[in-house]
Amino acid sequence: MLFTVAIGLVIACLLVPFGKFFRNNKSVLLALVPGVLFSYFVQKIPEIGSGRVLFESTPWVPALGVSLGFRLDGLSLLFALLITGIGVLIFVYASSYLKGDRYLDRFFGFLLLFMSAMLGLVLSNNVILLFIFWELTSISSYFLIGFHNRDEESRRSALTALSITGLGGLLLLAGLIWAGNLAGSYSIGDMLNHAEVIRQSAYYPVILVLFLAGAFTKSAQFPFHFWLPGAMKAPTPVSAYLHSATMVKAGIFILARFTPVLGGTALWQWALMGVGGFTMLYASVLSLAKRDLKGVLAYSTISALGVLTFLLGLGTDYAVVAACVFLLAHALYKAPLFLVTGIIDHETGTRDLTRLSGLGKALWPAALAGGLAALSAAGMPLTFGFIGKDLIYEATLHYESGWAWYLTALAIVTNVGLVAAGFLAGFKPFTGKVQEEFRHLHLPPALLWVPALVLALLGVVFGLFPGWAGAWLTEPAVKSIFQQYVPVQLKIWHGFNTVLILSLATLTAGIIIYLINTPRFRKSEFITVLERIRPGVVFGWLFIRTKQFAAAYTNFFHDGYLRSYIIKIILFAEALLIYELYRGGPFSVDFSKLSPVRFYDVGIVFILVGALYKTLKTSSRLTAVVCMSIIGYAICLLFVTYSAPDLAMTQFTIDTLTVVLFVLVLYRLPPFLKVRNVKIMVRDAAISILFGGLLAVICLRVLLEPTRYNISDFYAKYAYTLGKGRNVVNVILVDFRGFDTMFEIVVLSVAAIGVYSLLKLRLKASEKE
Amino acid sequence: MRSTILQTASQYLLPILLLFSFFLLIRGHYSPGGGFVGGLVASIAFVLHSFANGVESTMRIIRYKPMSLIPIGLGLSTASMLLPLFFGKPVMTSLWVPEQLPVFGSVGTTLFFDVGVYLLVVGVVLTILFTISLFSE
Repeated sequence: MLFTVAIGLVIACLLVPFGKFFRNNKSVLLALVPGVLFSYFVQKIPEIGSGRVLFESTPWVPALGVSLGFRLDGLSLLFALLITGIGVLIFVYASSYLKGDRYLDRFFGFLLLFMSAMLGLVLSNNVILLFIFWELTSISSYFLIGFHNRDEESRRSALTALSITGLGGLLLLAGLIWAGNLAGSYSIGDMLNHAEVIRQSAYYPVILVLFLAGAFTKSAQFPFHFWLPGAMKAPTPVSAYLHSATMVKAGIFILARFTPVLGGTALWQWALMGVGGFTMLYASVLSLAKRDLKGVLAYSTISALGVLTFLLGLGTDYAVVAACVFLLAHALYKAPLFLVTGIIDHETGTRDLTRLSGLGKALWPAALAGGLAALSAAGMPLTFGFIGKDLIYEATLHYESGWAWYLTALAIVTNVGLVAAGFLAGFKPFTGKVQEEFRHLHLPPALLWVPALVLALLGVVFGLFPGWAGAWLTEPAVKSIFQQYVPVQLKIWHGFNTVLILSLATLTAGIIIYLINTPRFRKSEFITVLERIRPGVVFGWLFIRTKQFAAAYTNFFHDGYLRSYIIKIILFAEALLIYELYRGGPFSVDFSKLSPVRFYDVGIVFILVGALYKTLKTSSRLTAVVCMSIIGYAICLLFVTYSAPDLAMTQFTIDTLTVVLFVLVLYRLPPFLKVRNVKIMVRDAAISILFGGLLAVICLRVLLEPTRYNISDFYAKYAYTLGKGRNVVNVILVDFRGFDTMFEIVVLSVAAIGVYSLLKLRLKASEKE
Repeated sequence: MRSTILQTASQYLLPILLLFSFFLLIRGHYSPGGGFVGGLVASIAFVLHSFANGVESTMRIIRYKPMSLIPIGLGLSTASMLLPLFFGKPVMTSLWVPEQLPVFGSVGTTLFFDVGVYLLVVGVVLTILFTISLFSE
C-alpha cells in the first residue's frame, strides 16, 4: 500500500522538472495516476468485503515508535475509492477547466500531492503517520485555495483555511500522542486493543477535547465552519474535490476511525450530537439565503458534514450505517453539483443566482447532471440520496424513546433545507426564462460535463441497486467502525411506514420552500450581517492583532543598525549570565591553585592592551582594523602558549582574512565618525566592560565545577582507537561530531550564496542604469 | 597600487602556500591541521595573488568560478557521510581502507569528508571576497 501513496508524491515531484510537457492538452494524461490507483482499490473490494483487513508495515523511526504502517479495512477502502474515483473525474475535468492556465502543471502537482496525502491519511495505521498526512492535506489545500495567487481575497482565504485547520491539527497531534502514550503504542491497531485503558483514564476528557478540536476544524463544524465558504475562492475542481468530497471528510474519517477507541461514552455522544446537530441546522438554513451558487453549496456541505458528525454521535447501528451511506451519497451528489456550477461559471462568467436562469437548453448535459444530483440531494425515491435520508430517519426514530422525536424533528428541518438547497443549485440555473446575455451559449467540451454526468448517474445506479453499494462499500466500512458485523441491509423499499411518510413530507416541504424562496439581494445582505457576528470575527481580530504585534516587535528589535543588534544580543547574554551567577550563590576562587603567570604571558597581554587602547583612540578606520587584528593575533599567541595549536592556526588565518575583508570594503564604508556623545560612550563602555567582566567571572566559576564527566578524557581515549587519528581536535570535527561540521559547512555555503546574490543583484540593477 | 615585489613574490608564494594547505589537510588526522585550516590557507594564497595582480588575473588562474567549489565540496562531504548506508551501517560511521598508504596513513571516509570541507571553505571564502572586491571596484 506504500506504493499507492508514493506514486502520487513521486509524480508530483517529477512535475517540477517535466511539468512543461503537461501544460498543454496532455494534462489529461495525468488522470491515469488516480485511474491506476482506483483500479487497484477496486480489485481489493472482494477481499475486504469478505471481512479481511490488510496490513503492511515498514520501519521508519523505530526509536520513536513511528512506522510506515498501513491498514486497508472497509472504512479505508470506502474513502480510498472515493478519493481515487472522484479523483479521476476531477483530473479530467480540471484539465479542461483550467486549460491554457500558465501554471497548469503546478496545479496538477498540488492536486497529486493532495490526493496522495489524503490516501496516506485514510490508509495509515500509525497515528504519527496519520498526523503527517493530515497536515500535508492542509498544506496542499492551502496552495490549491490560493491557486489564483494574484487575488488578495484568494490568498486571505487560503491563509484562514490553513491557520484554522493547522491549529486544529496541532491540538489533534497532542491528543493522539497522549492517547498513544496511554495505550503504549502509536499504532492504531494497538490503540483499538487498549481502548478501555484510554476511555477509563482520568485524562480521557482532555484527550477527547483535543481530538475533537482537530476533527471539527477540519470538517468545518460550528464555530470553525467559516473557513469553508472562504475556501470557495479556489478553482471549482478544487472545491468539488477537496471541499465537498474528500478533505473536509477527513475529520469525519478520524471520528469514524477512532469511534472504537474513544467513542461510546456520554461525553463523546453529547459533544458530537450537540456540535453536529447545531451545525447541520444552522448551515442548512443559511444555505438558502445565499446568492452565490458556490456559497449555497458550501453551506449545504457544512450542513451535510454536521449530519455526519451528528450520526456518528448517535452511535447506534442504524446511525453508523446511515453515516456511511450518507457519506457516499453526499459525495456522489455534491461533487457533480460543484462540477455543474463550474461549467456554468466557465460558460457564463457568473455564479449569481439572481442572474442565472434558463440555461438548460444550451447546457443540457450539465442540466441533466445537475438535475439528477439535485434529485439525489433531495432524497427522491430511486436515487441513492433517498436511501441515505431514509436511514437517517431510521436512526433518529430508533434512538432512546425520550429523545427520538426531537432528534427526528431536527433532522427533518435540516433535510428540508438541504432539499431546497439542492434544487437551488441543480435546478434553478437551468429552468425559467433565459436571460438575454446568455442566449448564445455553446455546449462546453465533453471533458467538462462527462465527469459530472458519470457521478450523477452513479448516484442513480446505486439508488436502483442499493444492495451493491451496501455489500461492496458501506457494510465493510460499518464493520470496521464497530469492529463487528452489523446486520443492516440497504433496500430500495422498506414498506409503507413512518420513515417513508417523513421522507415524502420532507421532499414536499423542501420543494415548497424552494418555490417560494427566491434568491434576493436583501436576504444575502442579511446573511452578511449574520456573518459579521459569527465566530470568524474573533479569528480575524486575532489575525490583525498578531500582525500588529509582529510589526511592532520587528520595528523595535530589527532597526537595521548592526551596533544596536550587537548591544541587544550582549545585553540579553548579560542578563542570563547574571541570573545564573545569582542563582549559583557566592563562591570563592583559590588563586594559588591557578597556573603561575609566565613572563611571555605578561608580554602578550601588554601587546593586547596596547592595541586595544590604540583601537579606541584612533580616528582612522584602517588603523582601528589593523589594531583589532593585532588583538586577534595576540590571542592566537596565547592559544599557542597554552598548547592549542589547531585553534591558534584557525584563528590566525581567520584574522588575516577578516583584515582583508575589511580592507576591501573600507572605501565603501562611511567616513569614520568619532563618537563625541559622552552618554553613548559611557553606555557602550558600561555594557562592554560588564560583559568582559562577566565572562572572566564565569571562567573562574567553571574551574570550581567538579569534573565528573570528563569529556576530553573520552575523546582523548577513543580518538585513536575509534577514529584512527592522533589529532583529537580533528577527529572530533570529522568523526565524533561530524554532524556539527556538516551543518556548519551548509551554513557557510548559505552565507556565501547570500553575499553573492545580494551583491550580484545590486550589480545587475546598477548595470541597467 | 601594484607592487612589483609583491607581484613577483606572489608568483612563487601561490604554489608554495597551496602545497602547504594541502599538507595541512592531509596531516590533519594525526597532527595539527585539517580541512578547515587547509582551506583557509589555500584561500589566503589566492587572495594574496589577487592583491598583487588583481582579481581578474586570479580568476583566470582558477579558471572556474570559485562558487562551483561549494556544491562539489558539499557533495563530497555528504557522499562520505552517506556512504556507510550502502554498507549497512548508520550514517557517518567512518569506513577505512585496511592497508596503510604511504604519506597519507590510514585512508577512510573521514579524509574525504575533510577534503569536502577544504574545497567548500575555499569556495566560500573566495566567493565572498571576490564578489565584494569586484563590487568595490
